[in-house]
Amino acid sequence: MELVVAIGIGVLAGSGVWLLLRPRTFQVIIGLSLISYAVNLFIFGMGRLRTGVPPIIEPGTVGNIALHDDPLPQALVLTAIVIAFATTALFLVVLLAARGLTGTDHVDGRERDQT
Amino acid sequence: MSAWSNHLVLVPILLPLLAGSAMLLYDERRRALKAAINLAATFALMLTTVALLATAAEGIPPQVYLLGDWPAPFGIVVVLDRLSAMMLALTSVLGMAAVLFSLARWHRAGVHFHPLFQFLLMGVNGAFLTGDLFNLFVFFEVMLAASYGLVLHGSGIARVKAGLQYIAVNLIAASLFLVGVSLIYGVTGTLNMADLAVRTAEIAAEDRGLLHAGAAILGIAFLIKAGMWPLGFWLPTTYVAAVPPVAAAIAIMTKVGVYVLLRLSLLVSAGDGVEGSSLFATTLLLYGGMATIAFGMAGILAAQDTARIACFSILVSSGTLLAAIGTGRTDVTAAALFYLVSSTVAVSTFFMLIDLVERGREFGADMLALTREAFGGPDAVEGEEDEEVGIPVPGIMAMLGISFMACAVLLAGLPPLSGFIAKFALLSGLIGRADAGTAAGITATTWTFVALLILSGLATVIAMARAGIRSLWGPEERAVPRVRVIEMAPIAGLLLLCVALTVQAGPVLAYMQATARAIHAPDQYVGSVMKAPRTRPDPAEGSR
Repeated sequence: MELVVAIGIGVLAGSGVWLLLRPRTFQVIIGLSLISYAVNLFIFGMGRLRTGVPPIIEPGTVGNIALHDDPLPQALVLTAIVIAFATTALFLVVLLAARGLTGTDHVDGRERDQT
Repeated sequence: MSAWSNHLVLVPILLPLLAGSAMLLYDERRRALKAAINLAATFALMLTTVALLATAAEGIPPQVYLLGDWPAPFGIVVVLDRLSAMMLALTSVLGMAAVLFSLARWHRAGVHFHPLFQFLLMGVNGAFLTGDLFNLFVFFEVMLAASYGLVLHGSGIARVKAGLQYIAVNLIAASLFLVGVSLIYGVTGTLNMADLAVRTAEIAAEDRGLLHAGAAILGIAFLIKAGMWPLGFWLPTTYVAAVPPVAAAIAIMTKVGVYVLLRLSLLVSAGDGVEGSSLFATTLLLYGGMATIAFGMAGILAAQDTARIACFSILVSSGTLLAAIGTGRTDVTAAALFYLVSSTVAVSTFFMLIDLVERGREFGADMLALTREAFGGPDAVEGEEDEEVGIPVPGIMAMLGISFMACAVLLAGLPPLSGFIAKFALLSGLIGRADAGTAAGITATTWTFVALLILSGLATVIAMARAGIRSLWGPEERAVPRVRVIEMAPIAGLLLLCVALTVQAGPVLAYMQATARAIHAPDQYVGSVMKAPRTRPDPAEGSR
């Protein structure tokens, strides 16, 4: 399982970085989204990968760490998802504004052959 | 201490949040009301932070506020110590000046200026106050989200293009931030900064590499914010594009990165007994900082308009601070803190001043008009031309000239103003300590740093003299800019603050030295956070 998750994160991050370096704003925003997925999975992985164990202690029992999952990274991922979503939406608006104002979707605001 | 003043620590976060949210309820046409709320909230914030600074200056241990009354390593804490009190006061003073300045015309250049401004203050204050790594991330994002809006304030092609790149760079930095935080959490199992300082000492040797990787990735996120040399190319473009009051307000944002680096590197390395692990990144900071000074210096000399000089001055200031942190000495850190206050105030003032000085000039009259056109002309979208209500300041050219000179002197670090004292303290910290008896004497690196400090001052003087002659003494025909009192007042106020810093340099430096000692030996900080008393005893103790 670790290998699958690790490869998954690697593929997402790698594709994200490649897209980020492309000249079109749409490619950049997709790249940023892929990187944020990779980061979210990574945070999740830092709580150690386990299946079938609860993250919370039942009332009235004394918890045993070995039988529980770490709830904190899950909470962090939730926050990170919300923030990444909001900033991506904001970036999308700026992207549209740039497209409208410059008339091109190049990240520099002008095509390479134009000067 | 009464219960009332305990809660004062939260005001710098809650007040801007409430004021900003309240303003969102009003229609954009109620601009006067929004301006009034913004002004009142910022003024109240300034009074609060000055009160907090006065409390912190009394030398009491750091004040810890447990949110929801959860005990320290589990709940979220807000910590006010000398360093954060100082940064808060600096933020609110600059915020106040920027708000006043914006009221003259710039706040009408676009929508939602006032709420965004309050959210920016909230994010910056939160970043200074929090004692928790993940909350630091959240406050960073609040600050950045507000700054995205503010940089785009006024719209126009130049701003949108600069904003696009600024946002992309900062989203990458946010990803790196999260990767670093989660790596550190994965190794140490904590996000509380004080707890982190305790735990790093207990990390097994085989996990240490992972911890270092996490700290390094986290550090890169902050270095992007601070604008260290290979990571700071976004900074000049963004700051030139932003409207002047916004540039003046977000000048503090680069210092947030520096603040966090200072706090975290010392906190983590102090709890770290292992040689080679402690201070493992300081060499990088030292060389990176010096490279930043060199880059900023080249930029200042090459800058073709005055606003770019101010932007590259920010880079020089960041570089100086990073290199000073990189030396890892208490006395140098104290001097660096003084330099931080002085240079940030000077750069902010300069951003606002440039707007006034350049106002009377026709852009075509510039002797570099040709080059300017080649690289894209100045932004056509100005604020709405207002009908110059209000009282114009008499003798404006003289006042502008004096202010310009004061800014130049402050930025270059010449006597008699506080910039000189800051640089002198830095130099004496760098050279003096070696005299006192380390066997190695002054290393070549230290000499390079000293030389760069002095050379960057020289570069600033040359560039500022050129810009000043061009814009104030030039023989060209020019209309005398009409400047209103509300625009001149914040500039005069900030410059007077620098004069006060100069006159009261003794007490201020003493405060900085106490601050530097406290952050270099963070036992007290760690102790205060970990042993912070809860307001009510644990109810679960009896029932179980």
